[in-house]
Amino acid sequence: MPMKRVMKGNEAAAWAAKLAKPKVIAAFPITPSTLVPEKISEFVANGELDAEFIKVESEHSAISACVGASAAGVRAFTATASQGLALMHEILFIAAGMRLPIVMAIGNRALSAPINIWNDWQDMISERDTGWIQFYAENNQEALDLILIAFKVAEDERVLLPAMTGFDAFILTHTVEPVEIPDQELVDEFLGEYKPKHAYLDPKRPITQGTLGFPAHYMEARYKVWEAMENAREVIKEAFEEFEKKFGRKYQMVEEYKTDDAEIIMITMGSLAGTLKEFIDKKREEGVKVGAAKITVYRPFPIEEIRALAKKAKVLAILEKDVSFGLGGAVFADVSRSLINEKEKPIVLDFIIGLGGRDVTFEQLEEALSISEKAMKEGVEEDVYWIGLRKEIL
Amino acid sequence: MAESPFKVDIERAEKELTEKMTPGAIAYIPGSSVINKTGSWRVFKPEFNKDKCVRCFLCYTYCPEPAIYLDEENYPVFDYDYCKGCGICANECPTNAITMVREVK
Amino acid sequence: MEIPENVKKRLSLPFEEHFYAGHTACQGCGAALGLRYVLKAYGKKAIFAIPACCSTIIAGPWPYSAFGAPLFHTAFETTGAVISGIEAALKAKGYKVKGKDGIMVVGWAGDGGTADIGLQALSGFLERGHDALYIMYDNEAYMNTGIQRSSSTPYGAWTTNTPGGKKHFLERRHKKKVIDIVIAHKIPYAATASIAFPEDFMRKLRKAQEIPGPSFIQLFAPCPTGWRAPTDKTIELARLAVQTAYFPLFEYENGKYKINMPSPKKEPKPIEEFLKLQGRFKYMTKEDIEILQEWVLREWKELKKKAEVFG
Repeated sequence: MPMKRVMKGNEAAAWAAKLAKPKVIAAFPITPSTLVPEKISEFVANGELDAEFIKVESEHSAISACVGASAAGVRAFTATASQGLALMHEILFIAAGMRLPIVMAIGNRALSAPINIWNDWQDMISERDTGWIQFYAENNQEALDLILIAFKVAEDERVLLPAMTGFDAFILTHTVEPVEIPDQELVDEFLGEYKPKHAYLDPKRPITQGTLGFPAHYMEARYKVWEAMENAREVIKEAFEEFEKKFGRKYQMVEEYKTDDAEIIMITMGSLAGTLKEFIDKKREEGVKVGAAKITVYRPFPIEEIRALAKKAKVLAILEKDVSFGLGGAVFADVSRSLINEKEKPIVLDFIIGLGGRDVTFEQLEEALSISEKAMKEGVEEDVYWIGLRKEIL
Repeated sequence: MAESPFKVDIERAEKELTEKMTPGAIAYIPGSSVINKTGSWRVFKPEFNKDKCVRCFLCYTYCPEPAIYLDEENYPVFDYDYCKGCGICANECPTNAITMVREVK
Repeated sequence: MEIPENVKKRLSLPFEEHFYAGHTACQGCGAALGLRYVLKAYGKKAIFAIPACCSTIIAGPWPYSAFGAPLFHTAFETTGAVISGIEAALKAKGYKVKGKDGIMVVGWAGDGGTADIGLQALSGFLERGHDALYIMYDNEAYMNTGIQRSSSTPYGAWTTNTPGGKKHFLERRHKKKVIDIVIAHKIPYAATASIAFPEDFMRKLRKAQEIPGPSFIQLFAPCPTGWRAPTDKTIELARLAVQTAYFPLFEYENGKYKINMPSPKKEPKPIEEFLKLQGRFKYMTKEDIEILQEWVLREWKELKKKAEVFG
């Protein structure tokens, strides 16, 4: 029987790792993710998890050690956030390029400067081009589930790409919620053992990994990564289905909420989706035709799902906790890219919101909604809206 | 004359080496570099005088390619397919049994 | 034929080649020869990790490999971390690592990748006590990028970014003693070695295999291209570096120092003999040579003292 426990998001991630039985964990402490490896080291120390725990001297070495371990053919796991993820940046490309299905838990946190330990998505958004699959969790249960699913998808032979699952700093990492812990037997069935065929370092089979790729071959190697990420769309959907059958919880690339007759659909990710749904309920009671959508899988980007969503509404309002300076929101750019060649398309609005742990309030959502309503009638006034900005101190 | 220690590897590489891209761009054939005949880089060529050779194996030991192997009688054999002509063997030879001469092509 | 003793010793090197011809090292490359020895020593019972360096090129571009053993190419600064991960994974899989019949996990990185950018990961690897071997092949500059100084470049050397000029001298810092930093970690086994003394190097490789815990070998491997030296002088230079005590051979084993010079009773040759064969030192003045000579002898004296006190 699955057991239910009240736990922090970080603990949920550690439990997911424990259930997935990685053979090597290499991690370095960083706020707000520290508790993940801390909890795992407890599991290892108690003999509840049979794994090698490498207490590395940096995040760069954490991911490098995971790369080495995964290349040697075992399941590898790490956790980090923010600056730590940014420090890993170089190696993230290598993990994907070498097709090493490492899984990583991220407590989504803002990047310096100024130093800020609170939530936004800049850390993971900035790694979107590395070839890692990206999941965003809305609550602690999703954090646990989406880490298990990440292992399943990453290790699929059609994919073989690393994956990261993000859950918002403090809002989830440090907040207790009831979480159902799946049965070990079922998880074992769901994941199976990791037995790579394409690459594992073993003296019995001398292969060379990560060679120099000349211009004559580099592009094909990168295309293979592209192809794998495209394959991931189908594999993720299959994994979601199988997960639902086994564990009873349903996941979708994009989860819609009261969108059927919506004129405006507000799109977001992570824990903000929870707040947004409550806001939609309130507006629905007031008779406003507004719905919400949550992007659960950010890479591969759910292009088709966004196209289907776009057919339903007149305005798509993107609420995102990240910014690409000189352009706007990253999710906005991805949504726009999905729709650019559609014959009929809604207005797409770009709202930067809740950076560095700023609370996203109903007033802010109200402001975004009224801008959306106005745009629907009178057209778009601005390319990017910064919502909740304290203009008085600027 | 003894055979090159790489004979089997050359045959395998010639037969199996392909440009078909693999996931992760993995090189699956160990020692497949033997397909590159680096002897074409050579400007000076080691010439061997067997009469002077005392079979000290220094040339064999110090060849960085390796492009020197030993025959049944432990005399060095120079593999001109791979010898780049660095001249270490000639420099290290205690009896001047090896001399570097300009390559004629 | 009567085989003399020293030749017999030389013949004790394993005959099998696991480092394959057709690799793309420069002519007379000391690093390539070093790899040949390491692969001879460990054969197919080793897994290698190499950062982005000359050896990336030497091992070959896709789809080629000059290695008969499994090889993992990694980022410049990660050798220490990657061999830690490989070792942990092998242990988790239940493989025997190190020891007489165990798998050798070998990191092979240059002086830049070890003394500079890879120093943090190296320190982590040493401090955590992984059962693996880290070999620093020391050619005293960033050769792969085109001869830039590293912290292992000696005083007075020309490199492309210590070109010398009216205002600035050539390399003005002495060679960093990486081996001392390594020994400060109090690991069970650390040694220097030279490609000119393969029997000594082989013996050290075997020791590194037998002694549990992290091992480190700093291998002196001349680069004729970067040192502006004739390609046939590679071994001679490596030998002179030892004979002048510029790069003395020694071991540090469980707290004890042991000097392994080929002719222990001989006084070191003048450093000039090592310098004069190389274009990179040709701009040094007489005073510069004196400064370097003094440093060499001071360091040599210090090492002898250590061997005396902690022998």
